[in-house]
Amino acid sequence: MTVLDHRHHTGVPGWSPGATAPRTDPAPLLPDLSPVRVLGTPALEKYEPALLRELYRRLVVGRRYNQQATTLTKQGRLAVYPASTGQEACQIAAALVLGERDWLFPSYRDTLAVVSRGVDPLEALTLLRGNAHTGYDPRASRTAPLCTPLATQAPHAVGLAHAARLSGEPAVALAMLGDGGTSEGDFHEALNFAAVLNAPVVFLVQNNGYAISVPLSAQSAAPSLAHKAVGYGMPGRLVDGNDAPAVHSVLAEAVERARGGGGPTLVEALTYRIEAHTNADDATRYRTEPEVAAWRDHDPILLMERALRGLGVLDDALVRESADEAEALAARMRAEFHADPALDPMALFAHVYAEPTPQLREQAAQLSAELAAEAEVQH
Amino acid sequence: MSTVVSSGARTASMAQALNSALRDAMREDPAVHVLGEDVGALGGVFRITDGLTAEFGPDRCLDTPLAEAGILGTAIGMAMYGLRPVVEMQFDAFAYPALEQLFSHVAKMRNRTAGRLPLPITVRIPYGGGIGGVEHHSDASEAYYTSTPGLHVVTPATVGDAYGLLRASIASDDPVVFLEPKRLYWGKDGFDPAAPVEPIGKAVLRRAGTSAVLITYGPSLPVCLEAAETAKAEGWDLAVLDLRTLVPFDDETVCRVVRSLGRAVVVHEATGFGGTGAEIAARVTERCFHHLAAPVLRVTGFDIPYPPPMLEHHHLPGVDRILDAVARLQWEDRA
Repeated sequence: MTVLDHRHHTGVPGWSPGATAPRTDPAPLLPDLSPVRVLGTPALEKYEPALLRELYRRLVVGRRYNQQATTLTKQGRLAVYPASTGQEACQIAAALVLGERDWLFPSYRDTLAVVSRGVDPLEALTLLRGNAHTGYDPRASRTAPLCTPLATQAPHAVGLAHAARLSGEPAVALAMLGDGGTSEGDFHEALNFAAVLNAPVVFLVQNNGYAISVPLSAQSAAPSLAHKAVGYGMPGRLVDGNDAPAVHSVLAEAVERARGGGGPTLVEALTYRIEAHTNADDATRYRTEPEVAAWRDHDPILLMERALRGLGVLDDALVRESADEAEALAARMRAEFHADPALDPMALFAHVYAEPTPQLREQAAQLSAELAAEAEVQH
Repeated sequence: MSTVVSSGARTASMAQALNSALRDAMREDPAVHVLGEDVGALGGVFRITDGLTAEFGPDRCLDTPLAEAGILGTAIGMAMYGLRPVVEMQFDAFAYPALEQLFSHVAKMRNRTAGRLPLPITVRIPYGGGIGGVEHHSDASEAYYTSTPGLHVVTPATVGDAYGLLRASIASDDPVVFLEPKRLYWGKDGFDPAAPVEPIGKAVLRRAGTSAVLITYGPSLPVCLEAAETAKAEGWDLAVLDLRTLVPFDDETVCRVVRSLGRAVVVHEATGFGGTGAEIAARVTERCFHHLAAPVLRVTGFDIPYPPPMLEHHHLPGVDRILDAVARLQWEDRA
């Protein structure tokens, strides 16, 4: 029974039919409190071996990417790197479920998802290297810029999906968020707009337990973050975020539901950030070693290796190929980031407006003169 | 149903001219979408979107949930897809929940993406006081926008400019904060949508004069014109310059007029400290120092939260306060 039906029975007046949005029975929207798991369950046998091998390969390459970027940051070659080490299953699954016409809306911790989407691994890092805000072409890659202000990219995903639906293009937008982001107003406004507009959007919350240092218990009193979906009239789904095939299935189902006109879904993936928030953070001040050890034992690559070996899908050749690909990528990152990037200070004025204002032309001339004077001194 | 038609010279209010501009832009370009609170059946609380849902349907003129950050954030996504959204914020102070989306994304997206993702969004904001509104309905909030690089800030003061500048703003590939002086909504004037207006970024001399210039914009233009009329009795022949666009700022026209007259007063109803007038006075002084016979003075609202309606006339710059400033322009050399 819907809420409105119920109200009718209790004699509370309603609104005119034209002004009443359909309201759904909340029961089917509620997430199952035990997260969806595939690895180590009979469900695994139904998966295509090719998909499982692909997930494994991407996990291994993704882990190496995270490690190398973290090392480069310690060496001062990147300004900062919020690693997704431990969260790779979410990162690669989010990219893999999207088609060419779909859009990804990543947060600052989702560089690996951007790379998995097909963006050049070095171009994806310009923001964190510090030489350019966004190194890739968002339109060509259908990947929005890495978003730093928490959850503010969520309404963008809604607007884009809404516009795509209006144009008749069956494109879906997937927004990536963290547990801390679910406290931001923009998260709630985005969910509400998505549901009201029936926009083809999927919201993926990677719940890694901490918003920098603040634990989930201080962030939310909800039974789960996925439960927040119900209040907006969309389904919430809870998944083991370190179980790559499970994340892939839950997201793929949500994407296809959105594509078919079924509206948005909120997916909460339970995972863990093995590294600190960034290189500037000290996670030992707020996390215990036993907790980290428990999650290391629930590592996405470890889980895949155990399950796929048992299934006979993972062989030494795939392990070797994946490791080789990972090492080649790491070597390319080291080589590229060892050299200082070419910088053009005059580009600071090039894209503030379509045409620089008269004031910006004056300021560009000033900087140009300063650069010329500097060059003369150095000469 | 709207009674506004969009062609031929006629008499129209600023509200009707704005409505015509939206309608004509939507007729010409299917990418133009209007969204905001109450913009549908009601036609907006000021009726600026009157009849648009009836003509273009609820998808083109969308009544949104009541959440300004969500409205502007959704518009950003629509613009990323290739649409040309026009967002209505219901009142000046109600736009504040959307400031993060405006400052962190709308203003920066072109720059963040090296020009690959421009956001051609027009954010319409009824602003300023003088309509007897209770608190949070009368803020002159322009300085927040003018101090944010990446935004154009446009504010019409005439019926013709309301149409022409809104059309230009919607056509612009840059985001525009379009500030509508709400106390001028109902003032009527002769209006021909086909008549060309000066582009964004150009100031226009509304009244020529030989004594000094009043530099102003938006809601303060009629006050300045009235002050100039009154000043004749005191022997001053005041010019009145309507800026029309705060960003980009028309240094060229402003400096030309100031240099020719040597005396200037900047007038706006927003608070003075750190305000637009401070920037204008500084720019004029930096560029025209040797042509000035007196310091550039400012006449602004007081540095107070917007007053209750029964006291707002004490806050808003009026003719007397403007003429007092003119009297302080060190006329000794003319004595």
